[in-house]
Amino acid sequence: MSKTPWLILLAPLVSAALITLVTRPARRLSAFISVVAVLLSFFCSCIVFARPEISALEIPWIEFHGILRVPIGFILDPLSKTMLVLVSGVGALIHIYSLGYMRDDPGKSRYFASLSLFMFSMLGIVLANNFVMMFVFWELVGLCSYLLIGHWFERDSAADAAKKAFITNRIGDFGFMLGILLVWGATGSVVFDEIVPQLWRVTSNPTFLTICVLLIFCGAVGKSAQFPLHVWLPDAMEGPTPISALIHAATMVAAGVYMLVRVGFLVQASPVALAVIAWIGTITAVMAALIAIQQDDIKRILAYSTLSQLGYMVMAVGLASGEAAMFHLFTHAFFKALLFLGAGSVLVALHHEQNIWKMGGQGRNLFLTFVTFGIGMLALIGCPPFAGFFSKDAILSLAYNRNPAIFGLALFTAFLTAFYMMRLFVVVFFGKPRSPAAKTSRESPTSMLVPLAVLALLSLLGGFNFFATHFLTLPHERDVGDVAAFVPGVALVAMLLGVAGAIILYRSRIEEPLSINLLRRKFYFDELYRALINATQEFLARVSGFIDRWIIDATVVRGSSGATWSFGALLRLMQVGNLQAYAFIFGLGIIWIIYFAIFR
Amino acid sequence: MLLLLVTFTPIVAAILIMIGFPARLTALAASLLTLLISAIIVLRFNALSGFQFVVIFPISSEMLLNFALGVDGLSLLMILLGAIVLVAAVWFTGEIEHHENAFYACLLFIGGGAIGAFASLNLFFFYAFHELALIPTFLLIGIWGTGNRRAAAWKVTIYLALGSIILLVGLIMLYHAVPASARSLDLRILQAGQIPSSLQSSIYLVLLIGFGILISLVPFHTWAPEAYASAPAPAAMLHAGVLKKFGLYGLLRLALPLLPDGAREWSGMLLVLLLGNIIYIGLVTIAQRRLDWMLGYSSVMHMGYIFLGIASANILGTTGAAILMFAHGLSIALLFGLTGEIRKRVPSLDLDAMGGLAKAMPLAAFAFGLGIFSAIGLPGFANFAAEIMIVFGAFRNGFDYQHFHIFQWATLLALWGVVISAVYMLRAYRRTFFGSSAESDLVKSDIPSGFRVPIALLVVVSLLLGFFPQIAVNRLMPTFRNYFSATE
Repeated sequence: MSKTPWLILLAPLVSAALITLVTRPARRLSAFISVVAVLLSFFCSCIVFARPEISALEIPWIEFHGILRVPIGFILDPLSKTMLVLVSGVGALIHIYSLGYMRDDPGKSRYFASLSLFMFSMLGIVLANNFVMMFVFWELVGLCSYLLIGHWFERDSAADAAKKAFITNRIGDFGFMLGILLVWGATGSVVFDEIVPQLWRVTSNPTFLTICVLLIFCGAVGKSAQFPLHVWLPDAMEGPTPISALIHAATMVAAGVYMLVRVGFLVQASPVALAVIAWIGTITAVMAALIAIQQDDIKRILAYSTLSQLGYMVMAVGLASGEAAMFHLFTHAFFKALLFLGAGSVLVALHHEQNIWKMGGQGRNLFLTFVTFGIGMLALIGCPPFAGFFSKDAILSLAYNRNPAIFGLALFTAFLTAFYMMRLFVVVFFGKPRSPAAKTSRESPTSMLVPLAVLALLSLLGGFNFFATHFLTLPHERDVGDVAAFVPGVALVAMLLGVAGAIILYRSRIEEPLSINLLRRKFYFDELYRALINATQEFLARVSGFIDRWIIDATVVRGSSGATWSFGALLRLMQVGNLQAYAFIFGLGIIWIIYFAIFR
Repeated sequence: MLLLLVTFTPIVAAILIMIGFPARLTALAASLLTLLISAIIVLRFNALSGFQFVVIFPISSEMLLNFALGVDGLSLLMILLGAIVLVAAVWFTGEIEHHENAFYACLLFIGGGAIGAFASLNLFFFYAFHELALIPTFLLIGIWGTGNRRAAAWKVTIYLALGSIILLVGLIMLYHAVPASARSLDLRILQAGQIPSSLQSSIYLVLLIGFGILISLVPFHTWAPEAYASAPAPAAMLHAGVLKKFGLYGLLRLALPLLPDGAREWSGMLLVLLLGNIIYIGLVTIAQRRLDWMLGYSSVMHMGYIFLGIASANILGTTGAAILMFAHGLSIALLFGLTGEIRKRVPSLDLDAMGGLAKAMPLAAFAFGLGIFSAIGLPGFANFAAEIMIVFGAFRNGFDYQHFHIFQWATLLALWGVVISAVYMLRAYRRTFFGSSAESDLVKSDIPSGFRVPIALLVVVSLLLGFFPQIAVNRLMPTFRNYFSATE
C-alpha cells in the first residue's frame, strides 16, 4: 500500500480548493500553487510508473452490503500508468505555458483553480477502478470544460459554447449511465475486476451485450465528440488556447477512447457493436477532415482536425485494437497540444486575430513558433519519421487487414489531413503579412516557448519503437500482423498528394480560392440540430407550459373543481377579511377535528 | 432533553420576539443555537441503534396522548436540514419594511414547527407541528410577498389546507385500521402492527394524495411555483427546503412500513405521476421565462426523483430518497436565497432582460453556480450520491435480462430528466450571469460578504455528504433495513 497514487489525485484538488478559498486575490501566487500541484502530480506519476509493485488503498464511497458497492479505488496497470504520465506531463507543460499566455488576465486565479480541478478530474478518470467512479470524474471533467470554455463569460459566444458543451456531454452520459446500470443489473457489480468473472452473464445474450456496449459507447461519443454529438467541440474553441490544447485536444476528449479501451473486456465481446463503433469513428474522421479544409479560423481548423483524429482512434477501437487506438492517442496528445500551443503563440503575437487570411508571413517573425508548429504539422499529417506516421500507419494497417471500405476512407482522410494542414501552414507562415498586426508581430515569452520545444521533441521521437516499448511501455504494432510495405507506401502517396495540392492551390494567395458552402457551413449540423430542438424539446416545453398554465392550473384548480371552490367559499364565509385570523381559526379547527376523530 | 431544546429554541425565540426582543439578533442567536444543538445530537447519535434521545411526557393515558420526541437516522437528517436552512433563512433576511418582529417570528415558527414534526414520535404532534409551521408560511406570502401576493397566498392556503385535511383523513383511517392490540399514537408501537392487506390500498391512496399535495406531486403541483415566486426569499427557502419534505418524510415514516401492500398496488400509478414531475414539469420548467418561476418549477421537478426512490421500495432507493430530501433542501434554499438578493437589485427577473450579473456580483455568481450544479446532480455534491442510489435502486426493482419492466423504463426516463434539468438550469444561469445587458450595468453591489457564512454552511454540508455519503447511509440503514427485512 502506498500513498503516492493518492497524492497524484489529491494534489490538484488541494490546489483548486486553496486558490478558490484563500489565494484568489493574489493572482501570481494562485498560478504558482497550481503549477506546483501539477508538477507534484507529474513527479508522483513517474514514481508510480517506475514501480510495478505499487498499489493503493481503496476506500468505500457507497456501500450497501450485497447490493451495491462503489469504492474509490485505483487501477494501476500499464495502461493507466502510461496515461497518468501523459496526462500529468502534458498538463504540467500547459500549466507552464499558461503562465505566459494568461499573464495579464484578470481572471487568472479562477483560470488556474479550474485548471487544477481539471487535473484532479482527469487523473480520476485514469485511475478509476469502477464504472461509477469513472462516471463521477467523467462528469467533473465536463464541469471543468464548462468553466474553462466560459472563462471569458462576458462574451456571448463563450457563454453559449460552454452551455452547449455541457449539455451535449450530458446527452452522451445519459446513455453511459444506462449502460452502467445494465451491466450492473446483469453482473451485480460496477467494479471492473468483479465484472470480468461475471461477464458470461452479459455475453450469453448477444443482443443484451450489444445494447450494453452501445450505450456505454454513447458516453464516449459525447466526451470524445464523435458524430453525431461532435458539434460542441469546435465551439469549445471559445476558451483560452491552452485549454483548447489540454482539454479539447490532448486529454479530456481522449477520455472516451481511454474508457473504451479500459472496458475493452466488454467492448471487444460484441462484433456488432464493434462494427458500429468503427463506422462512427470513420464517419467522424472523414466528415471533420472535409469541414476542416474550408475553415478560416486557425483554432477551428485544429478543432476539426482533433475531431478527425479522434475518429481515427475510435475507428481503431472498433477494429478491435485498443493498442493501436492508445498509440495514436499518445502521439496525438503530443503533436496536437504542440499545434494548439503554437497557434496560441501566433495568436498572442497577433493580438488574438484568429482568421488565417489576416496572417501571412509569420515564418520570419516567429521563427521558433514556425519551426515547432512545422514539426507538429508533419507529425499530424503522418510524415516519416515523426510520431504521427507510426501511429497512423498502425491504424491504417489494421483497417487494411480487417475492413477494406474503412481502409479506403481512412486513406482519403489522410489525404485531406495533409491538404488542410498544409493549407493552414502555407497561409499563416508564408507569403506576405496581410494585416498591420501581422507585420509587427513578435515572438512569445520563454515560458511559452519551452513547452513548445519539449512537445516538438516528443512529437519527433514519440513514434519510435525504442521510445514506445522501453520508455512509455507503449503498445506497439504487434497484433496488426505483417503488412507489406504497401500500406505505408500508399499512405505516403496520399499525404504527398495532399501536401502538393495545398501548396499549388494556396501558394501566395491572399484570399480563399475555393468556396464550398456545404463544408463552410459544417454540413449544416448546427442549423439541423437547432431545428430539431425547436421541433421537439422547445415545442414540447411550450405545449407543456401552456397545459400547465391554462388547463391544469386554470381549469382543474380554479374552474370545474367544485370541491375546491366550495371549500374556498366556505373559508371565505369563515374568514373575517384577513389572513391572520383565518390562519388561526384553521389551526384550531384542525386540532378540533383530530380530537373528535380519535379521542371520542 | 436535547430534542426538547432543539424543537423549542426557535419557538421560544419567536415568542420572545413577539413580546419585544430585538428581532434579528434574537432570531439569529436562536437559529445558531438550534444548529449547535442539532450538531451535538448528530455527533452523539449512535449509528447502530434505533430511536434515541427519547423524551416522553404523558398527557393523557386514556387518550394514548403523549408528548414524545425521539430521533432515528431519518429524522436526524431532517432535523439537521431544518436547523441549517433556518440559520440560512434568518441570515438571508434583509431589511423588512414593516412588522419586522412578526416576520422573524414567522420564520422561527416554521423552523421550530418543522423540526418538531420530524422529532415527534406521536402521531398527533407529528401532524400538529406541521400545521404550526404551515400557517406562518401563508402569512409570510400574504403579508410580505411580492407580485400578486394575495392571490398566491390564497391559492397556497386553500391547496395546502386541502392537502392537510385529506392527510388527516388518511391518518385517521390508518389509526383505525391497525389491530386494536397495536393501536397507538406512538409511531414506534404503530409500526409493529400489521394492517390487513385489504385495507392498505385505500389508506395508501388517501395518504398519497394528502402528502402528494403537500409535496407538489403532479397534478397537485400548481400552487408551488406561484407561491415560491411570490414568497419572500426566506419563506421560500424554509418551505421548499424543509417544510415540503414533511410529506416525503411522512411517506417514508408511515406509508412505506405500515402499508407495503398498498404501496405495491399503487406503484404503477405513482410511477406515472412522478414521471409527470420529472419529464412533464421538466419541460414546463424549460418554458419558464422568469428566474423565480423557473426555480419554483425546478423544485417541483426534483420531487420526482425523491418519489422515485420511495416508489422503488428497496433499501437503496429509500436511502437515496432520504439523502436527496436533505441535499435538495440545501441546494434549493441556496438558490432561493440568492434569487431574493438578485430581486432586490434588478428591475425584473425576466431571463431575457437580465444578463452579465457575474461582473457586478461575482460572489453571488459563484454561489449560484454551486447551487445549480448541486441541484442538477454534479458529482461531489450530496445530490449526486443520492441520485445514484435512487437510480440504482429503481433500476433494480424487478430487473431481468430479457425485458424492461416499468421500473426500468421509469429509470430510463428519469435519467433523461437529468439532461432536461441541465438544460433549464444552465440556460437560466447563462442568461442571468453571463453575457452582458443594459440592466446589469445598473447593479452596483454584490451580496454582503457576511453572506459567505450561510452559503458556506449550505454548500459545505452538501459537499461533505457528497464525498462521504456513507456517513448518512450508515445512519439510515437501521431504519430502512427494518422496513425491507422480509424482502431484501
